[in-house]
Amino acid sequence: MSSTDAGAKERHWEKTRNLTYVVLALWALFAIIIPWFANALNSFTFLGFPLGYYMCVQGSLIAFVVLIWVQNWRQDQIDDEYGVSD
Amino acid sequence: MSTQNGKSRSFVDNLGKVYALYTLGFLVFFAFMALLERMGLSAQAIGICFLMFTIAIYAIIGWLSRTAEVDAYYVAGREVPALYNGMATAADWMSGASFVALAGGVYFGGYPYLGFIVGWTGGYVLVNSLLAPYLRKFGCYTVPDFIGTRYGGNTARLCAVIVLVVASFTYVTAQINATGTIAAQTLGIPFELGVYLGLLGIFICSMLGGMRGVTWTQVAQYIVLIIAYLVPIIWMSNKQGFGLIPHFSYGEAIHRIAELEAQFGLQPAAEAVPGVAVLTTPQNEPAGQGWKMVSLAICMMAGTASLPHILMRYFTTPSVRAARRSVGWSLFFIFLLYFSAPALATLTKLQLLDPNLPTAVIGKAFEEVSNLAWVQHWSSVGMLAVVDQSGDGIVQLNEFFMRPDIVVLATPEIAGLPYVISGLVAAGGLAAAMSTADGLLLAIANALSHDLYYKIIDPRADTARRLIVARVLLLFIGLAAAFIASLKLTGILGAVAWAFDFACSGLFFPLVLGVWWKRANRAGAIAGMMGGFLVGTWYLYMVYNGLMEPWFGIDHIRFGIIGMPVSLVAMVVVSLLTPAPSKEIQDMVDEVRIPHGATILAAGH
Repeated sequence: MSSTDAGAKERHWEKTRNLTYVVLALWALFAIIIPWFANALNSFTFLGFPLGYYMCVQGSLIAFVVLIWVQNWRQDQIDDEYGVSD
Repeated sequence: MSTQNGKSRSFVDNLGKVYALYTLGFLVFFAFMALLERMGLSAQAIGICFLMFTIAIYAIIGWLSRTAEVDAYYVAGREVPALYNGMATAADWMSGASFVALAGGVYFGGYPYLGFIVGWTGGYVLVNSLLAPYLRKFGCYTVPDFIGTRYGGNTARLCAVIVLVVASFTYVTAQINATGTIAAQTLGIPFELGVYLGLLGIFICSMLGGMRGVTWTQVAQYIVLIIAYLVPIIWMSNKQGFGLIPHFSYGEAIHRIAELEAQFGLQPAAEAVPGVAVLTTPQNEPAGQGWKMVSLAICMMAGTASLPHILMRYFTTPSVRAARRSVGWSLFFIFLLYFSAPALATLTKLQLLDPNLPTAVIGKAFEEVSNLAWVQHWSSVGMLAVVDQSGDGIVQLNEFFMRPDIVVLATPEIAGLPYVISGLVAAGGLAAAMSTADGLLLAIANALSHDLYYKIIDPRADTARRLIVARVLLLFIGLAAAFIASLKLTGILGAVAWAFDFACSGLFFPLVLGVWWKRANRAGAIAGMMGGFLVGTWYLYMVYNGLMEPWFGIDHIRFGIIGMPVSLVAMVVVSLLTPAPSKEIQDMVDEVRIPHGATILAAGH
């Protein structure tokens, strides 16, 4: 393995890792912080729902689905950029 | 073998056509049954037809998928496209607990139980970003295969096998219990017989074709279960005036239920009736319950990312990219059911409580309610009770007793839908429980046959022998699980929550750090697996038996909150106190992190 190759792998992993950190931060927001503060959010109304309830039964779920698809789209870009896709 | 490969290749190319035809066939069967009901076919006969028809289809798929190849048996030949692997994972994932018990949990448990909804979906973000693509690149057959190769040595492998077996076995008894309950209910046979009948169906799907057979039956089971879950909701919503798709418009019902709860009062029953419960928890009252909800969600999410029967589904895709994409599809297909469950719970509650609806029972005359056909049907099997404890001749909210597990199964009858819908729901519940039991039994049998027998006991065993051992183990584990299930030790939802707690206590950090921390070594992994697993189990034992006050309100269904930190600390401390892993192992981890190139473990290993 040449050193430039190793360098490219290094940078690929750095980008992958940073993307993962961003995803995990958003995950924590929708999976932990928002459900925890459902009571405060309930004073708002969304689509006729109390917002806190809405987030626990639909909003966070939709966020998870979108999060995974966006992460995969971005990860594919990163893999292609460094020529390491399979 | 080449003809078999050619045959399976053309099958994979035509998946779209095959399953479209299958779905159409199922809908035609449904319409045909509806017609027969009009012509006077009895409710029981309809139920039997639904169960027999669907099981026969699964059996045919299982027979057609039979195989004698190791790769096909363990990882379905690694040729399952992302979309179909997503459906199979969704069926594998959504068990009797999701299908039968979840809506009941939301109905009776209120806000804290929404932790199941958030937890069982949010976990997939962890699966996708931390594990699935990397484990696929690894090329392992089982989860302990990864642990054993990454950390080296039979002890680490054995620890992983132990945690896997305990978690999955706890889970599978609950599924076989659910299978037995549905079979017994619908066919009118004793529960114990229902359990073994359900087991027979499970064997037909998994014995001959291993992972390949399970994959293609799970796709078929997903289609049945999602139709069965959505049809009653849409039908009921139309009757109540919430439109064709109630999911975005039932917000008003939440407000209305809060009004009605205040009006009727959420009082405990004057006198408890064993096995059934009255509604005492408000639908939407999160004040001061944040920790209760979030601690449950965290256990379920970390458990999702450590349960081997889910992780091994991502070993079956053709590439790393396909593995990631199939996690996206999995969560989408799971989401369809999970965002419907609270809608179902809410609409069912509303139609029992709201005096403006013709189906309401609360506040009605006692005589009238106890003569309703569905009240009599479910009372006769001890899953419902209406008792006039106050003696005023009116059914009060705290005089209407129900078993939470029946909310989904009884809803079509409560709403006055034709019986053909109940038959459909029973078939859906059976599909959900069977598909999960298949995946779990296979995970256990594969870990024992591949990791314990082939890798540790007899590494020289040939292919035929390995596959025979795998099937014999499958048979015995299934029988043992059915035996335990027939003893009816635990409820469905509780046992399932325990399985997640066992898995996340023992496996979450050893798996994640195996990819994300090169410094993690064998001694650390063993300490992490055993430390988390044993401390978690000890806490469960102490709290469940009342030998100790729960810490910070962490009860027995959330013991992963105790096990996980112990596992993390033990793993990090012991890893740092012992020498770093070898250069080869560290290079292997580097290799796992890029999708490109050959898998770490060769096919047929």
